[in-house]
Amino acid sequence: MDKYLASRVARIALYLVLVVTAFAFIMPVYVMIVNSLKPLDEIRGGNLMALPVSWTVEPWLMAWSKAQIGVQATGLKPYFINSFLLVIPAVILSTLIGALNGYILTQFKFRFSEALFAAMLFSVFIPFQIVLIPMAKTLGMLGLAGTVKGLIFVNVVYGIGFTTLFFRNYYAAFPNELVRSARMDGAGFFGVLMRILLPNSAPIIVVTVIWQFTNIWNEFLFGASFSDFTSYPLTVALNNLVSSSTGVKEYNVHFAGAFIAAVPTLVVYLVSGKYFVRGLMAGSVKG
Amino acid sequence: MKAGWLPKLLITPSALLVLVCVYGYIMFTVYLSFTASTLLPNLEWAGEAAYTRLFSLENWNVSLGNLGVFASLYILVAMAAGLALAVLIDQKVRAESGFRSIFLYPMALSFIVTGTAWKWLLDPGVGLEHTLHTLGWETFSFSWIKDSDMAIYCVVIAAVWQTTGFVMAMFLAGLRGVDHEQVNAARLDGAKTWQIYRHVIIPQLGPVFISAFVILAHMAIKSYDLVIALTNGGPGRSTWLPSVFMYQYTFTRNEMAVGAASSVLMLLGIGVVVLPYLYSELRKAKHG
Repeated sequence: MDKYLASRVARIALYLVLVVTAFAFIMPVYVMIVNSLKPLDEIRGGNLMALPVSWTVEPWLMAWSKAQIGVQATGLKPYFINSFLLVIPAVILSTLIGALNGYILTQFKFRFSEALFAAMLFSVFIPFQIVLIPMAKTLGMLGLAGTVKGLIFVNVVYGIGFTTLFFRNYYAAFPNELVRSARMDGAGFFGVLMRILLPNSAPIIVVTVIWQFTNIWNEFLFGASFSDFTSYPLTVALNNLVSSSTGVKEYNVHFAGAFIAAVPTLVVYLVSGKYFVRGLMAGSVKG
Repeated sequence: MKAGWLPKLLITPSALLVLVCVYGYIMFTVYLSFTASTLLPNLEWAGEAAYTRLFSLENWNVSLGNLGVFASLYILVAMAAGLALAVLIDQKVRAESGFRSIFLYPMALSFIVTGTAWKWLLDPGVGLEHTLHTLGWETFSFSWIKDSDMAIYCVVIAAVWQTTGFVMAMFLAGLRGVDHEQVNAARLDGAKTWQIYRHVIIPQLGPVFISAFVILAHMAIKSYDLVIALTNGGPGRSTWLPSVFMYQYTFTRNEMAVGAASSVLMLLGIGVVVLPYLYSELRKAKHG
């Protein structure tokens, strides 16, 4: 066989494998979408891959505002709002704390600073089961058990490791001359941070915000442990919707609910995937 | 610059939060695991009774066995598939960023969403089996999720689907960083592409293999959400993992000391995997 033909064949095989794999990766979300737009009997009688014959948005309306979750038939809407009430302050707070810590850990020398950073770094890896019991007690004592505020607190505390890591690594590579000359010009602690570092931190701020947003939006264990039916985040509500439905299993409603829970992080990913990947990489290649 | 009082003051709240809510709580939980706590924490020392009980529980042994199966398959398949995809994408393919985005997007989803989607996909009554039946392949059978011997493999499938793109991205970053001179030299010597990968490029990816292993192993030990959404530990207890065991014993079976002991063992498992890695990474960073 001549060489040109062989490499043609290899090329075609390469694309074939990639395209087939890509379909396998898209398939679950495709299934989620098409089946959320079908009436239930069409799912039971037909195949999961087919487009709807009679399109309907009823499952979406059910999932959003009518489905039974916990005690009341409110749909996912109040929990969607809970998740935003949780995510927005938690992301802002943990990002600010990370920026401050990263600045202090890179620009100043003090005893135990490296031990402190190592301690923060390891906290990223711990299985959170190990803190559930004392944290439940703490939230109870603070009067934050079963509240969105309590979840904000927990997610901020256990997010500090990541946000500090991101900013510390970014500021460690920051040109020192800029900081030094600003100090010569009389900039103090906040002057350096506000006028030199933060204005040049846009990329790492975006990375951190996206990372924290995705993580906290998708978080389940803390939500399941520390919230009640007034403060469930969306992940917990979705799990209740899917697992607790007695009687007829409304697959189309479950798919619609799952997609609703996926939309915010998917949108963030589609709009700024590059930064999401950078966050993943920064989170995996430490030090 | 030597820190004055202001930077020290401003880092103190974070330091305290981490010391108390991470390390203090770890110590508290370790202590609880040596008590006889049931519904509520009980601070009276009870020695290693909780651990003795833990190891005698069939539920724990099943959870541990499941973790062994799940973690080894998950790590192996995700690494192999991630490396394969990275190598394929590295062949100067068209629409590279499109493929990358498709392979990586599941990482943006919650495990609860992933679990829900796969729960019905793998369900013989509505999912793949049912679909192939309606398409005419009536003998096709795929009901692992209902089979207590096979359900754990369903967890592997969904977890691999979610994280393979991440591993691919790590390997791709590694591939882009390999020494081009060696590759070119091998090419001039007439080496075939697959030989270059096998003997020149992949051996240079050692650090990526280690990073990917550490990340995947620690994710495997922490896996909880996915199991809850996909199988809720079932059928029976056939997909329990230590994380599920911990939650069950601590919060629904009122055996807090046993639950605490199980979480201590989870932490030890993660420590064994992660600490040597972090230690060497921090040393590397320090010494350049």
